Amino acid sequence: MAADAGKVDPMKQFQVEPLFGSESWEIAGYGIAFTNSAVWMAITVALLWAFVFGGMKRELVPGRWQMAVETFTGFIDDMLEANVGKEGRKYLPYIFSLFMFILFANLLGLVPVGIIPGVHAFTFTSHFTVTGVLAILSFSIVLIVGFWKHGFKFFSLFVPHGTPIWLLWLIPVIELISFMVRPFSLALRLFVAMMAGHVLLKVLSSFVIDSINGGAVFGAFIGVPSLILMVAISALEILVAGIQAYVFALLTSLYINDAEHLH
Amino acid sequence: MPQIDQLAEIWSSQVFWTLVFFGITFFVIGRGMVPKVMETVGMRDKQISDDLAAAQAARDAADAQEEAWRERENANRAKAQGLIAEAKASAAAASEKKLAAAQKRLDTKLAKAEADIEAARTSAMAEIEDVALEATQDIVSRLAGTKVDKRSARSAVKKALANG
Repeated sequence: MAADAGKVDPMKQFQVEPLFGSESWEIAGYGIAFTNSAVWMAITVALLWAFVFGGMKRELVPGRWQMAVETFTGFIDDMLEANVGKEGRKYLPYIFSLFMFILFANLLGLVPVGIIPGVHAFTFTSHFTVTGVLAILSFSIVLIVGFWKHGFKFFSLFVPHGTPIWLLWLIPVIELISFMVRPFSLALRLFVAMMAGHVLLKVLSSFVIDSINGGAVFGAFIGVPSLILMVAISALEILVAGIQAYVFALLTSLYINDAEHLH
Repeated sequence: MPQIDQLAEIWSSQVFWTLVFFGITFFVIGRGMVPKVMETVGMRDKQISDDLAAAQAARDAADAQEEAWRERENANRAKAQGLIAEAKASAAAASEKKLAAAQKRLDTKLAKAEADIEAARTSAMAEIEDVALEATQDIVSRLAGTKVDKRSARSAVKKALANG
């Protein structure tokens, strides 16, 4: 990114900048500047819309594109069926949106658009302010569904079957803590995984640049291996992008299962 | 890290735009488009299962028809076998009757022939007796010049014939 002066700040890629002079936009005193983060969200939504739209030809014999879209919907549908059961069907729109939104965001953050001068990739899933909103949404759905369906019986979630009576003072406390930790673990897992990968890539890229600037010998012995490692880690990051989106969706559906069925 | 350093100034913008764009994703794509995709999948699954059911029904019908055909065929074959057996039996009966009649005719012919032979023999015997009697009388009259009456001649002839 910061090719000038040969210095690479691995954290600069996470910088949020207001764009189009929107610094002063605000609602009720809260700033809602249209930032590079928001731009990438918009790109994500546009691409996701285009992707799903391509699968809406509704042909009885699907083409490749329609097949791809149906594979994703079917994947989420199967996951909900397996984890929640028949009642899981109604969460398909939410889980699908969640999974695809995160997946597209993760993958878009890996697209090397940085080679175009002045364009900087931004992975908004590497911000806990974003992943936190998604996690709180998922957690709220679990709470709302749980209390809606079971009322105060939902609290029996904190007393697993077979809890010995003499442990009744301890187990619910532990269960409650593990329950309350869920939104944080959801949000932090995604944010940390995304951020770590991007920092690692950026640090390695600074190795490449600095070692080549340091001379041919440094370039050959540090720069080249670092570059090879970057390629390998980029492949790994594509995998991580998919896995993190999957984990987020899977855990959300597991939590929804708790809310639907207690346990 | 900027996520924390900038937190105070960007958090509201981040939350706002995340809600906006995820909201668009959820309501437009999740609620609007995904059900239609799933509907298409459901329609296809239904079509496939319907086609399979139709194929199964057609196959069952074909099986039933084949079964009926086989039954009919078996019945026809059995009927044909019955007809053949009947024809065979009647033919056998007729030929037996004919044979029996022919046998009877032969038997009567044989019996008649035997009777005829017996009669011929009896008459021949009688004739021989008569001839022998006459010859005896003749011989006696010629040799002895005496007339032998018929009765003694006959008894003599009979005696001689019985010995002969």
